Amino acid sequence: MKWLKNALHDKVAMASFTFLVLIAAAGIFAPFLAPHDPKAVHMDMRFAPASWEYPLGNDQLGRCVLSRLIYGIRPSLLWVLAALVLSVGIGGIVGFVAGYFRGRLDAVLMRLCDVMLSFPGYVMTLAIIGIMGVGLENILIAFVLSKWPWFARVIRTSVRQYAEADYVRFAKAIGISDWQIMTRHIALVATPDIAVIASSSLGSMILQISGFSFLGLGIQAPNAEWGMMLSEAREVMFSRPELMLAPGLAIVLTVCAVNFLADALQTALDPKLGRSRQKPQALVSALDTGISGKSGR
Amino acid sequence: MLKVEGVAKAYKKAGLFSREREQVLADIHFACDYGECLGIIGESGSGKSTLGRLVLGIEQPDRGSILFEGESVTKRRGRAGKISAVFQDYTSSINPFYTVEAAIMESLRLIGMGGQEASDKLDFLLDQVGLDRSYRQKHPHELSGGEVQRVCIARAVATNPTCIVLDEAISSLDGSVQMQVLQLLKQLGQTYRMSYLFITHDLQAAAYLCDRVMIVHRGRVVETVAVEQLKDVQSAYARKLLGMVML
Repeated sequence: MKWLKNALHDKVAMASFTFLVLIAAAGIFAPFLAPHDPKAVHMDMRFAPASWEYPLGNDQLGRCVLSRLIYGIRPSLLWVLAALVLSVGIGGIVGFVAGYFRGRLDAVLMRLCDVMLSFPGYVMTLAIIGIMGVGLENILIAFVLSKWPWFARVIRTSVRQYAEADYVRFAKAIGISDWQIMTRHIALVATPDIAVIASSSLGSMILQISGFSFLGLGIQAPNAEWGMMLSEAREVMFSRPELMLAPGLAIVLTVCAVNFLADALQTALDPKLGRSRQKPQALVSALDTGISGKSGR
Repeated sequence: MLKVEGVAKAYKKAGLFSREREQVLADIHFACDYGECLGIIGESGSGKSTLGRLVLGIEQPDRGSILFEGESVTKRRGRAGKISAVFQDYTSSINPFYTVEAAIMESLRLIGMGGQEASDKLDFLLDQVGLDRSYRQKHPHELSGGEVQRVCIARAVATNPTCIVLDEAISSLDGSVQMQVLQLLKQLGQTYRMSYLFITHDLQAAAYLCDRVMIVHRGRVVETVAVEQLKDVQSAYARKLLGMVML
């Protein structure tokens, strides 16, 4: 568990990880944590500033901003995470099979991906919303449908590269099964790559979901969602700009935390990068050139 | 034991609609007996490494058959652990995420060894290739080329194979390290009575290790000759090859 030790040493990574775990927990336990009902309207408290009872103040309908923020975690982070896991899962399986076995199977699967990828992502999502109706679940389905080919392509490329390596050839030569080679060797070396692409698209998916909610195609009022809260705050953008602050910051911080964590994870998982941090400078630069030479191949 | 008969292999040339095929190997015949060391010599592009992959069962020949102890090498279960390999590129021959221990364990697990027995065997193997216990927890990037190649040899020997394919196993090492690894291979070959298929472009190394050498040129066997009679090669290509070493 050397990689775990490496990760624990990285302060930014630990901060990001703790932040995300806290956010996720807050989302799961939203009914217990939120001080008020996120949908309860108090017209007498419109635009009330922060107070002890309403720590982040109230919005244009007098609803508790903090409660809405906490309830908004579920669609904004947790459901997006679920959609991401599903699309990485599908893309991963397709990518592994195509990249490892090659040949006809590879060609067929990749043409299928090409067909899916030739639709622009937003158009695909809009079309699915058009057919199936407005709502979070349909957006998530559209996400899974439009993202998996992209993951499949990227994962295939990285699997293909690792499947060429001599350690895989040795394993094949002494008669280790394809399944074991894939799980014990390739899955291990491909994990950092997958973690990075998955996390970078988690950021963009959170932004996209917020974008769709902003357009009124995702979560429907009066339910809370971060993009939706931004959209509502837009109406009073000039008179009460501070209302954009809470949901905007929530999105930015979460996306940043995910990206930092993915970056740190990649460093922690790679035994070469993990050790080199403690080595003298000259050695580190020597190692770096070795690494770049290798990945350039 | 190892019998290669009429093997041919061609690869498709690049390009989506290209029907052209490049013949890499044509009509290869040879046999290798128990405990024998056969050198396969040829320059780059002669098809010798392809031949190595075919013998290992990683790829399948277009025509002909490769029989190992009477069974086709393409059957994975039949050859499990009996044929092993050491490759050229020491930067990628051990999974960068594996420690030396994990890399050798992979072979030991294949033959159903585990627990204390495997741990003892691991120490024994490391000792045999001239490395001590402290190497167990090291990652391949912390080892030198010669050390990685030693680990690869230990890993290859771990399954008690009858035959090891050495595909340019010493070509990427420095001169003095090459000699050390060659000596190690020779000594191991005598202890385990393994046969080697020593694929190389280095005639001198082959002459040191092998009993017989087979000279391959443009995918065909030019000549097969015992090492003692290496001076008396008949074909023009083999003479040219020999002449280059003499100079």
